[in-house]
Amino acid sequence: MSEIEGIYAIWLRETKIYIREKERLIASIISPLLWIFAFGAGLGSTVDIEGYNYQIFIYPGVMAMTVLFTSLFYGIYVIWDRKLDFLKEVLVAPVSRASVFAGKMFGGATDVMVEAVILLIIGFFLDIPFTLTVIIGSALMLLLISIAMVSIGLVIGANLRSPEGFNLVIGFVMWPMFFFSGALFPVDNLSPWLTAITYIDPLTYGVDALRGIILGINRFPIYLDVGVMLVFSMVMMGIGVLSFRRM
Amino acid sequence: MVIKTEGLTKKYGKIAALDDLNLEVEEGEIFGLLGPNGAGKTTIISMLCTILKPTSGRAWVNGFDIVKESSKVRKSIGIVFQQPSVDDLLTGRENLAMHNLLFGVPRELRKQRIDEVLSLVNLEKRADDLVNTYSGGMRRRLELARGIMHHPKILFLDEPTLGLDPQTREHIWEYIQNLAEKECMTVMLTTHYMEEAEQLCDRVAIIDYGKIVALDPPQILKSQIVGDVVKLKLKQEQKNPAIQRIRELDYVKNVKEKDGMLYLSIEDAGRHLQDLLTHTGQIDFVEVRRGTLSDVFLHYTGREIREAEAEGGYWERVMKK
Repeated sequence: MSEIEGIYAIWLRETKIYIREKERLIASIISPLLWIFAFGAGLGSTVDIEGYNYQIFIYPGVMAMTVLFTSLFYGIYVIWDRKLDFLKEVLVAPVSRASVFAGKMFGGATDVMVEAVILLIIGFFLDIPFTLTVIIGSALMLLLISIAMVSIGLVIGANLRSPEGFNLVIGFVMWPMFFFSGALFPVDNLSPWLTAITYIDPLTYGVDALRGIILGINRFPIYLDVGVMLVFSMVMMGIGVLSFRRM
Repeated sequence: MVIKTEGLTKKYGKIAALDDLNLEVEEGEIFGLLGPNGAGKTTIISMLCTILKPTSGRAWVNGFDIVKESSKVRKSIGIVFQQPSVDDLLTGRENLAMHNLLFGVPRELRKQRIDEVLSLVNLEKRADDLVNTYSGGMRRRLELARGIMHHPKILFLDEPTLGLDPQTREHIWEYIQNLAEKECMTVMLTTHYMEEAEQLCDRVAIIDYGKIVALDPPQILKSQIVGDVVKLKLKQEQKNPAIQRIRELDYVKNVKEKDGMLYLSIEDAGRHLQDLLTHTGQIDFVEVRRGTLSDVFLHYTGREIREAEAEGGYWERVMKK
């Protein structure tokens, strides 16, 4: 009971701060818009992929990408919390580190889901073939991706002390994960060794699931996509709890 | 015994930030750790609060082992940190509400507790403002309110009045004393303000370079070392024989020389001054005052607390080596 209240307390704090820091809220609205129109409109007007206009083809990928970026960068708030000494109050509280981690993770996932809603709204204007199942399915998939990626961000944040170090490390994680996921281009025609890399990138399965749910284009069966993301989330959550215990 | 340590030690590499600490604190006591920055005070508190693991030795807080039963220790204590740790973008009341949840205050008591502590620290009117509009003193008071809200058995205060104006400082002393009395709360605080240790604490431990160099009630510390202090400047040419003669006087408890000045600890200086001056020969300067805890500190560490500060903290000393 008290552990659940602890999780709730931390989640509530994260959410209140998110709403009060106007920059964060505005950034979550503007960045999806920017990605979709910058990539889609710039490249997309002349290209058709698998029968879809490029802007529509990359829509699921842009969703995954936006969620990836915001989720990973959420980990930096652990470092700021530590610098501003807020973290100490939480670390000396009689709640387990697993609960502290869970509170933070749900806080991050909440931020990301606000973006997800904005992304879905943008989808309507792009004439994405939405049905209720598509909306619910893709929202759940985005939640799963955000839980996995927020966990990675928190792991890195918990193990580092400086925001500069965080940015450096996150770059090494974020860009390869993004490029090899097939978010912005189809990965079928790549050379064999590049294809192999796309298989070990967890985001590949997230993007594939989203594209499958929204556009009906799949490389893997949906249960494999969801299965890989579930297992990966759980592993990252486990490492996250261990990292928070050492804080 | 509410707090007990046995050989508690914290080492960073080869250097001991805290060396073999043995300490017992009774229930209801206000216990002061006095020392310059970097002496090891915060290290002691951090270990007792379970945020830092000792290198060796053991300690019990409220009867619970700080390593093996850390979560039970955490339930028994309240902490006010040296650096404010209240959340800027929450209101005072929201900060307290979050603390209630984290420390498992029963639901039916929550609202009442918040109102109670807010009025105790005079923050009722600002309770619903964001903390980033508070002054430094108000933040401290909010921290203090938060630290006591879950009615801990033991309250740790790390430099509770650092950087506050004298008026606020005295207010906070009053709160702490009242609390210790009313709630029968044990308080352990660190400070490098002499007046704070002197006015507030039942017992004071003087800490220097990670070791306790003296431990007693402030009055006893003072009476053992100093009754009154006579500060003298002797004529240079007759200095050495004069010091020799002074040392032999039975009412002179202690002689320290520093920066060309002589500091004598004397019982009842008013009565002995005339006699003393017949032994010193001609002098350039004399000053008589009542002994303070600063003199005790000087006696045990050979430095004034300000100089010890100027030498820098623990890490600065390490870097110089």
